[in-house]
Amino acid sequence: MNSHVLTAQPVASPHAHGGNSVGRTMFRVQWALLPATLFGFWLYGWPSFFMWLLTVAACVGFEALALKLMGAPRIKASLLDGSALLTGWLLALTLPPWAPWWVPVLGGFIAIIIGKQVFGGVGQNVFNPAMVARVALLVSFPVPLTWWVHPLPGGGLPAPDVVEGLRIFLTSLPVPDAMTSASLLGHAKTEMARGIDLLHSLGGESSRLQSWFGVRAGSFGESATLLILAGGLYLIACRIISWHTPLAVLAGVALPAAIAHGIDPARFLAPETHLLSGALMLGAFFIATDYVTSPNTALGQLIFGLGVGFVTWVIRSFGAYPEGMAFAVLLMNALTPVIDRFIKPRILGRDRQGKPLDIPEGQGA
Amino acid sequence: MGFMNLLKHLLSDDWGVHPDDHKRPAADAPVRVMPVPQRLYLPLQQHLGGPARPVVLVGQQVSKGELIAEAQGMVSAPIHAPTSGTIVAVSEITAPHPSGLTLSAIILEADGRDAWGELPACVDPFSLSPAEIGQRVAAAGVVGMGGAAFPSSVKLVGASRAKVTTLVINGGECEPYLSCDDRLMRDQAAAIIDGIRIMQHATGANVALVGIEDNKPEAIAAMQRAAGRGDVVIRPVPARYPMGSEKQLIQVLTGTEVPADGRPADIGVIVHNVGTALAVRAAVREGKPLISRLVTVNGQCAAYPGNIEVRIGTLAEEVIAFAGGLKGDGLGLARRIMGGPMMGMQIPHWRVPVVKGSSGILALDASEVAAQEPNPCIRCGRCVKACPMGLLPLEMSARIRNQAYDEAIDLGLKDCIACGCCAYVCPSTIPLVQYFVHAKGELAAQDRTKLRNDATKKLALQRQERLAREAREKAEAAARRKAEREAAAAKVAAEAAAVNAQTQGESA
Repeated sequence: MNSHVLTAQPVASPHAHGGNSVGRTMFRVQWALLPATLFGFWLYGWPSFFMWLLTVAACVGFEALALKLMGAPRIKASLLDGSALLTGWLLALTLPPWAPWWVPVLGGFIAIIIGKQVFGGVGQNVFNPAMVARVALLVSFPVPLTWWVHPLPGGGLPAPDVVEGLRIFLTSLPVPDAMTSASLLGHAKTEMARGIDLLHSLGGESSRLQSWFGVRAGSFGESATLLILAGGLYLIACRIISWHTPLAVLAGVALPAAIAHGIDPARFLAPETHLLSGALMLGAFFIATDYVTSPNTALGQLIFGLGVGFVTWVIRSFGAYPEGMAFAVLLMNALTPVIDRFIKPRILGRDRQGKPLDIPEGQGA
Repeated sequence: MGFMNLLKHLLSDDWGVHPDDHKRPAADAPVRVMPVPQRLYLPLQQHLGGPARPVVLVGQQVSKGELIAEAQGMVSAPIHAPTSGTIVAVSEITAPHPSGLTLSAIILEADGRDAWGELPACVDPFSLSPAEIGQRVAAAGVVGMGGAAFPSSVKLVGASRAKVTTLVINGGECEPYLSCDDRLMRDQAAAIIDGIRIMQHATGANVALVGIEDNKPEAIAAMQRAAGRGDVVIRPVPARYPMGSEKQLIQVLTGTEVPADGRPADIGVIVHNVGTALAVRAAVREGKPLISRLVTVNGQCAAYPGNIEVRIGTLAEEVIAFAGGLKGDGLGLARRIMGGPMMGMQIPHWRVPVVKGSSGILALDASEVAAQEPNPCIRCGRCVKACPMGLLPLEMSARIRNQAYDEAIDLGLKDCIACGCCAYVCPSTIPLVQYFVHAKGELAAQDRTKLRNDATKKLALQRQERLAREAREKAEAAARRKAEREAAAAKVAAEAAAVNAQTQGESA
């Protein structure tokens, strides 16, 4: 009928797009992680830099390998969206800063292949890949995963140079005892096991200020509470994440901790110690807010966050491990489909059960 | 604004999206009136409901405003000649639809005189009864000018029966790029207010609320000046897409929700567009049918964006040519749209006529359409936050991809208004609306198939029953005949026996 030809495949509306993309979102998250990461390099020196680099490289490499083996189209575009890079980055932040070379490689394999690609790739995984790797490593290799090195500045020992750093990283010799110490939560737990209560084991330690600035033994990127918090607030401000999950996680830890500490300060740590220790800030703002493995309604996120926080506190207070963030996140990840099934937004013109609202009396034709 | 948006975001009261509106400079350019083109192409289906039926013959002379196609059915609208001239054909023309399919259309050759016929003017519309106003609006072929093109008289008459209390006038114009309603409110505020009063009289509503987005301060000022302190209240509303959607605007202005299975009239509300108010006024006061409208020509490719008063039936090609053409002769044109960018239709070429519901002609370049290959869903939940209906677009599209349409309906597929917010915010550029439109089409097709199957089954059952009945009747008839035969035979035998006995007796 018409001499004009269709110039393009017709597409449904809308014909405009907000310009948001997966790559941009991932990039913003990485941007938010940068201060804490740079601070970690300064604290722990070259070995930590190599550890971070290899973790990220391993994740991207395994992602590329998996995509190649699956014959996925547009491998380069999938790699450039930054999701594997972010997984590696987050994993690196939770590892001991002087972890030997095989920890990042094995971690990358577990995170990407077992944690993500076997489920079907980006968007399909049930569990947070970085946490899967972190927990698998911790359970399998408890000793190298708890080598908490003293922060170098102020530690009294000379910082290793590049070559020395590379040697430490590649030889995987145990770090000399003089250079390590327990993390605060670990310290509290071991002292408690020896029968020394918290009032004595932590007595006189002015750890709070240190915690804020992160100059203490711990995972590579978890200790700089203030910088992590700043990154998280940045993500909320530019709407990458909403406030619901982080606030609920923090509340989920702080509320039971405050009650228990109020009852028995010798047995339970204070809420502010909980908030400033271990992986809590990183977990609240960067791990629990993972899109794929957390609920997508505001109410669901509140429930999810409270669950993560509460389980973390229970493991810290009663469990065998000093830190329970990763376990708590995985546990709540498993519950996410259940939460999403029962918590749904109310549809306009319907009640919460999905039944249409009543038509008022005396109206209607 | 940025701070308020952040606050809303934190409180989760952040439905909809805030697209870059692209309304200026087109909205600020004065309206240009396009002369009558050589030929006008008038599709018989320009409205929701049944198509109009032509009442003219090829070769017939018509005057401006003369009825050329009458309404057919309960929900329909007549079509009038936009200028005087000769009917040259009733033929097919490409519809303003992405399929590029055709519609029957009356083709009118203008004679250049552009002379009105007799118009049934009316000095005092407020002395008319609501039914009389409804008749005048119906006779003038007025339909919703916001885009849906629902026959206005049907809504007006229904409203007066349903005892509507609130008339909501939609001056939101939340679609980006479009500014025809904005322009009407700035230039013809007094006439619009008059039209609103007539509609208020026709519906019996005791208050009229005019919702205008706060990105149109000039229109708000003009309307407030024209409305004065009467019962027509101008209410600025936050600029947010889809503020101009019926259910959303009602909720913002009146605080009530339309029940999911009801209509606005069920809660005492009726919604009309500002353009419709103007058309109703022209129809009732002057007896003028709807033969022209304001159309926004916009997009990065349009050389001189602006609003143009166009006769219904003018080809988009000619409108663009009048507006100043496309930059670089259309080089770099990525998509042609009729309507707005959020809910408008992609059209295959420019030889498509302007119809009563056409609010815009957009020539978008590649940077505006931002077409990209879809990526996998990362469940970020942005679509959930954006959805003005409170749906879960990501879950619905996942179900539809697996053809689990029933589950998609359980999630609220039928409540989807296809506003496009979800696809607009999706970082993976998943064509969510396409999924929903596809599913709704599939469901409609399934319903039709089911109806047809049911009808076939019923017919087959009836046939079986008929055959059984016939067989039974045949058997009964046969049995009856047999009985009759036997009875007759018995009778004969008895008679014969009697005769025999007699003969024997005689012989004895």
